[in-house]
Amino acid sequence: MFDNLTQKLESVFRKIRGEGKLTPQNIEDALREVRRALLDADVNYKVAKQFIADVQARAVGQEVISSITPGQLIIKIIYDEMVKLLGESRADITQAPLPPTVVLVAGLQGSGKTTFCAKLARYLHTKGRLPLLVAADVHRPAAINQLEMLGKQIDVPVFSQQDTEAVTIARNSIEYARKNIRDTVIIDTAGRLHIDEEMMREIEAVRSTVNPHETLFVVDAMTGQDAVNVAKVFYDRLRYDGIVMTKLDGDSRGGAALSIRAVVGKPIKFIGVGEKLDALEPFYPDRIASRILGMGDIVTLVEKAQEQFDQQKAQKLEEKLRRAEFTFDDFLEQLREIKKMGPLSQVLSMIPGMNKLPANASVDERNLTRIEAIIQSMTKDERRRPSIINGSRRRRIAMGSGTTVQDVNRLLKQFEDMQKMMKRLSKGSLRRSLRGMQFSL
Amino acid sequence: MGIFESIAKFSLGLSKTRTALIQRVQAIVAGKSKIDSELLEELEHVLLEADVGVDMTTLLLERLRERVKREGYEHVQSLLTYIKEEIAKILEHDVLHMQEPAFSRIDQKPYVIMVVGVNGVGKTTTIGKLAYRYKQSGYKVVIGAGDTFRAAANEQLEIWARRAGVEIVQQKQGSDPAAVAYDALSSALAKDASVVIIDTAGRLHTKAPLMEELKKIKRVLGKRLPGAPHEVLLVLDATTGQNGLHQVKYFHDAVNVTGIVLTKLDGTAKGGIVLAITHQQSIPVKYVGIGEGIDDLQPFDRTIFIEALFEGMRQSA
Ligand SMILES: Nc1nc2c(ncn2[C@@H]2O[C@H](COP(=O)(O)OP(=O)(O)OP(=O)(O)O)[C@@H](O)[C@H]2O)c(=O)[nH]1
Ligand SMILES: Nc1nc2c(ncn2[C@@H]2O[C@H](COP(=O)(O)OP(=O)(O)OP(=O)(O)O)[C@@H](O)[C@H]2O)c(=O)[nH]1
Ligand SMILES: [Mg+2]
Ligand SMILES: [Mg+2]
Repeated sequence: MFDNLTQKLESVFRKIRGEGKLTPQNIEDALREVRRALLDADVNYKVAKQFIADVQARAVGQEVISSITPGQLIIKIIYDEMVKLLGESRADITQAPLPPTVVLVAGLQGSGKTTFCAKLARYLHTKGRLPLLVAADVHRPAAINQLEMLGKQIDVPVFSQQDTEAVTIARNSIEYARKNIRDTVIIDTAGRLHIDEEMMREIEAVRSTVNPHETLFVVDAMTGQDAVNVAKVFYDRLRYDGIVMTKLDGDSRGGAALSIRAVVGKPIKFIGVGEKLDALEPFYPDRIASRILGMGDIVTLVEKAQEQFDQQKAQKLEEKLRRAEFTFDDFLEQLREIKKMGPLSQVLSMIPGMNKLPANASVDERNLTRIEAIIQSMTKDERRRPSIINGSRRRRIAMGSGTTVQDVNRLLKQFEDMQKMMKRLSKGSLRRSLRGMQFSL
Repeated sequence: MGIFESIAKFSLGLSKTRTALIQRVQAIVAGKSKIDSELLEELEHVLLEADVGVDMTTLLLERLRERVKREGYEHVQSLLTYIKEEIAKILEHDVLHMQEPAFSRIDQKPYVIMVVGVNGVGKTTTIGKLAYRYKQSGYKVVIGAGDTFRAAANEQLEIWARRAGVEIVQQKQGSDPAAVAYDALSSALAKDASVVIIDTAGRLHTKAPLMEELKKIKRVLGKRLPGAPHEVLLVLDATTGQNGLHQVKYFHDAVNVTGIVLTKLDGTAKGGIVLAITHQQSIPVKYVGIGEGIDDLQPFDRTIFIEALFEGMRQSA
């Protein structure tokens, strides 16, 4: 389902090679592929339609210059348009001229509001600010408990009141912040449906009571076509200033980001990339655009790799690789580094060419776990000198790791191949080696 | 709540979410007499905006064209009957599960249900509702608090257990979820309980170690009681788009899902992704969630589902 759009377009365009200009006729098939990609990514049907029309208007008449193929040209146009539509990257919160700054957080049930509130508090806290979390969800069972526990984890106070209405809690919290010198008040609210009149009135009342400097709408990245309806009604009622998209650590393509931007025109300010409280990132339009289009995003991968790899370790490893002294211990370490970067399918999808694997789904993460188990069942000596692993050792390792002798054989063979390949990499960079390794897994 | 009331509430919940669709289909239908490209495009629009997905939509429209070629039609209304029938066929095997009233079907004692799904879809709430319904049917129910990860997951489930009037087995946050599951089942066996429902932490299907953890929970249940769990319910949020297919695939690969619970159908999302899911994976939708209250859970019934889906049509016919 998630074939590489670039490749599809290349094949679509093969037949119009040699024509000098893009015309409505010769880009029709290409645009159909683009539309398909957008719909698979959950971009709203109407938004996709409008987007394609815009791209078409921009593309038609463009000269096809010899240095790039028509496919590349149209990809560039689409990509640029999309990045433009997604807006700029700005992870900022409007500051109150006079503290405290008040941030109101709203959204559907289960979208990740409470978690985001804690993440934002942690982020501000690490920057030296003095946030206050406010538990204004009086509906969901144990919502107050949840926020209190999260607050404790990050050492940020939580304001709560039992058996009190949300509006009153919110109002009192501002007073409390003033008295206790907290400079940012983050108000968590109950999840609600946009069509639940009573609940929408509640949050409107909270809003008009506390007059937030920043209102944020939280949306799940896995949301489908309905995202536009929800985002629009919340906007009509709350005039929020920005959007937070959560759960982007999965493999959803996040097309809702484009739909919502198109409908309400507000910036996406933060993205959630995990359940832990440090899993908050600024929003980068170029990355989401690549993701929606299903195109490799080498930039992100490289950045991620750089973040995660300790520079010194990397150098040492590179030396070892060059001298082919790479052992199973190093291999294991690498494996864990790769796992740290995120789900394997996600890491792989960031490498151009890799996302044309028969759907990300076929990348079996269990393999990693199995390989890890096998290596862990080896003795120190065996890890350093795999050549000593004879038949009986193989049987023992298979038993110990709950795998089969064939599994062990396969891994040893792959490892040997990899060592050979690494020898050939005369002055290959670590990154290239890393890529080689992923192919061999 | 009586069965008629239930059905009424269910239909109402659905009809709220479906009115837009129905109205649009009605609009398409009015005055058309042949299956022209404009009509097909409109139908495509309706299906795509319901999260049915490109492949499934193409398939449905293809089947519609075939039927028209084969059987012809008198007026546009029959096209709708055709589409309804095609959708019904896709949901067909649900009939097997739905002929007997749900909530009172217990093939084993204790009947062990494990509930899984991605983050925030409504697992814990659904467990509260399920426990309540089993309790209402006269069964002794034990809930196992297998989400030992999320902040206040225990407290949340505790409240639901209290509301449902059932027992809960839990350990402190951070303990091994498989151990909690084991404990819950042991306790149920000791107390001669009839139903055991195990909550699990929300997890994204792409996270291999977390999926391994889920498998372990399942394995441990099976060790304590051969054959358990008898039911693995995957909870799916109706607002979910095409990613729903991935969710089902990965969870099914890991723990062999026996049924789907489609939650939050009281919103405006259509939940159309279940068509692609039942078509591709042959996993039936068993229940639908239509609110946050304890009795906002209904058995998924294909007939009611489709009747509710096209409710407005009959009136206009
Ligand atoms: N994987 C992942 N999980 C997340 C992320 N953000 C939140 N979650 C999880 O999603 C679930 C719901 O999060 P909450 O913060 O409780 O959501 P909420 O919007 O406050 O929910 P309600 O208050 O019930 O409406 C929890 O299991 C969180 O751990 C994220 O960025 N990635
Ligand atoms: N409107 C509506 N809300 C629902 C429904 N089912 C659950 N919810 C709400 O969705 C939110 C998340 O529900 P939970 O039961 O905590 O979800 P979960 O899957 O257990 O979440 P995690 O354990 O964090 O992964 C809560 O605010 C529920 O009240 C439903 O059918 N309709
Ligand atoms: Mg919350
Ligand atoms: Mg839960």
